Amino acid sequence: MLYSDTISNVLYIDLSTKHFWIKQRADVFEKYLGGTGAATALLSEECPKGVTPFSPDNPIILSVGPLTALFPLASKTVAMFKSPHTENLGESHCGGRSAVAIRMAGYGAIVIKGASDTPVYLAIHGDKIYFRDAATLWGIQNSFTVGRIIRENEPGAGFRTIMRIGGAGEKLVPYACVTTETYRHFGRLGLGAVFGSKKLKAIVISGKRSLTVADKNQYRLVYDEIFESSTSSPIMKKYHDLGTAGNVMPLNSIGALPTRNLNEQRFDAASNISGETITEQYLGRRLACSHCPVGCIHIAALREQYLDQPYFYKTSMISYDYEPIFAIGSMLGIGEAAAFFKLMERIEIYGLDVMSTGVVLAWATEAFKRGLISEKETRGLGFDWGGSAFYMDAVKYIVEQPNEFYKHLAQGVEKVSSVYGGKDFALSFGGNEMSGYNTGPAAYAGILVGARHSHLDNAGYSVDQKNIDGNYVKSEDVATTLIEEERWRQILSSLVVCFFARAIYTPDLVSRALKSIGFNYSPADLILLGHTIHAEKYKYKIREGFDLDKLRLPKRILEINTPSGQLHEQYIRDVIKNYKNQIGS
Amino acid sequence: MKLTITDSDRCIGCQCCMFACARRQASTGLSKACIEVRSVGGMERGFIIIVCRDCDNHPCTLVCPTNAIKTSKNPGVVIDMTKCNGCGHCTKACIIGAIFWDAEVNKPMICNHCGYCVRYCPHGVLKIVKHPEFSNNVV
Repeated sequence: MLYSDTISNVLYIDLSTKHFWIKQRADVFEKYLGGTGAATALLSEECPKGVTPFSPDNPIILSVGPLTALFPLASKTVAMFKSPHTENLGESHCGGRSAVAIRMAGYGAIVIKGASDTPVYLAIHGDKIYFRDAATLWGIQNSFTVGRIIRENEPGAGFRTIMRIGGAGEKLVPYACVTTETYRHFGRLGLGAVFGSKKLKAIVISGKRSLTVADKNQYRLVYDEIFESSTSSPIMKKYHDLGTAGNVMPLNSIGALPTRNLNEQRFDAASNISGETITEQYLGRRLACSHCPVGCIHIAALREQYLDQPYFYKTSMISYDYEPIFAIGSMLGIGEAAAFFKLMERIEIYGLDVMSTGVVLAWATEAFKRGLISEKETRGLGFDWGGSAFYMDAVKYIVEQPNEFYKHLAQGVEKVSSVYGGKDFALSFGGNEMSGYNTGPAAYAGILVGARHSHLDNAGYSVDQKNIDGNYVKSEDVATTLIEEERWRQILSSLVVCFFARAIYTPDLVSRALKSIGFNYSPADLILLGHTIHAEKYKYKIREGFDLDKLRLPKRILEINTPSGQLHEQYIRDVIKNYKNQIGS
Repeated sequence: MKLTITDSDRCIGCQCCMFACARRQASTGLSKACIEVRSVGGMERGFIIIVCRDCDNHPCTLVCPTNAIKTSKNPGVVIDMTKCNGCGHCTKACIIGAIFWDAEVNKPMICNHCGYCVRYCPHGVLKIVKHPEFSNNVV
């Protein structure tokens, strides 16, 4: 089927020579479907061993899957690159209009190589590719403004994605994100900084086309089945009603909500920043990614008065989700929704990953309170829990880096704690700042072993929550569960199906959906392929120096209680050891 | 039967109607869609839905030099593709932009008010109404 599908077209762009070419890579897409599978293969080809992340030789791979634009909820783009944050595998997923735009422009993947000597942005309109001068955009700190300017300058409204960086990416903050469609992100692991290192301010991609399917009747039947499950069944309810912010209260009540740099596991002011409260008082609009009827994107309307003039107000539209609420809400002791939104907006403007930023500020607050750093380092900011005004300035300093301390802070908690101490409460795992689940050993083991060091790699938090009644689970069983989940998720992310739709896209349904468009994979084939892709990804990680035996476990997680009880280092190490044995690395 | 927009502020921008329109025409993707959803200058401000609103006098029919576009007995218009010479005057006459262009055959595409897209609008933005209820909602 691939012969007639544009999915196997790979657009190669060399920013150094301002040159592009398109190659048919049916070999890659036949073997790995697309998304994360194809990107892993292309990264392994294009990324030289041991390359420094800001070298022009570090490639950026963007890829989508064969179901994109054909079926609902297959609308994520996978980005792969060597991460400046972990100096290993960088993989980040983003929705918005990105995936459908890439597919409709006629590509399965885009490989960006080299680096420009002057600022550029790329305009990809179908098979027309332009290197646009971005001198006028470079230096604009505000990622919203960059989007607005490009929106006015480029065609394709309604059919395009505008990926851009703010000040953080230009300044090479290794947890800078790439923002698309104002509210979606390639968040984690620093794609924004890799853009910045290539002097690439933005990419706009648009296109319109028809695609081929093998069996039109079957295609429509499977389509309707997926559409029905995503709109009428209860499976997706939690995502469209309160959205992921609905997790705040349940996690708080079981004592799994990381609070004040995980000195506590319950937040006294949780109900002020809960999904319920925010929905009632601030929810201003809901949005969806292209071709997703669910609409999980929740946008708050924050009305603020200008203090210098009477009767003068503005209303800002700010996105929120569970993870930002944990990272810059409970983690910083900010229990006032308006203060949370203002900080969120500031972080969005600069284009920082909000999870890493929150955990970094939480470390800084504890370090300040313990006297590891003083106002000399912080430039007079007296960090304290809930002090949202200081945090606003601190975010600015992380980007502007006015002194040595902020230069180090901008590198993340792993590195800043190597300089100033406080490693025991530096909450990063595999080099990436933690996510918001203090649920138990599987959550922490999961982000340590997961290929992206993301809670979404293998959903350890879900494993913990199933065993919350105190049932003793053998470490090898936890490892097996994590591996099986992570392997299956390789298939979902190779098809770029949103993980929120994982209950809909079962192996059987994926097999039928693929068959209707002409790709023959049995459920068993898919499970095997998930295994292969995971192994390939790990091969890259190990090639770049990743070692499961050398993972740091922050002491803090052993000091605090979890819903699964007190954690023991040995147990987590055993899970890791079993994971290692089972993947045979 | 006539397609109307009940409330464009309910639109979440999922574009499932656009994909549905293409499927209705035994196609896939977006190039055959006769309905378009795009943001009002950024998603924070919401969306507009562009589709034939079956206006009075159908300006598209008046400017067609070959009489290929005619008022339909259903709401909207019909195009006789054998007469259409692809001049594109109709696209200019429709100032809301509801006449789309099929680049493969270089001819216009216009919604025929079949209502298939309504089935794929989970948020009640689109509605199909019967004759007596016709309203002139502005998209």
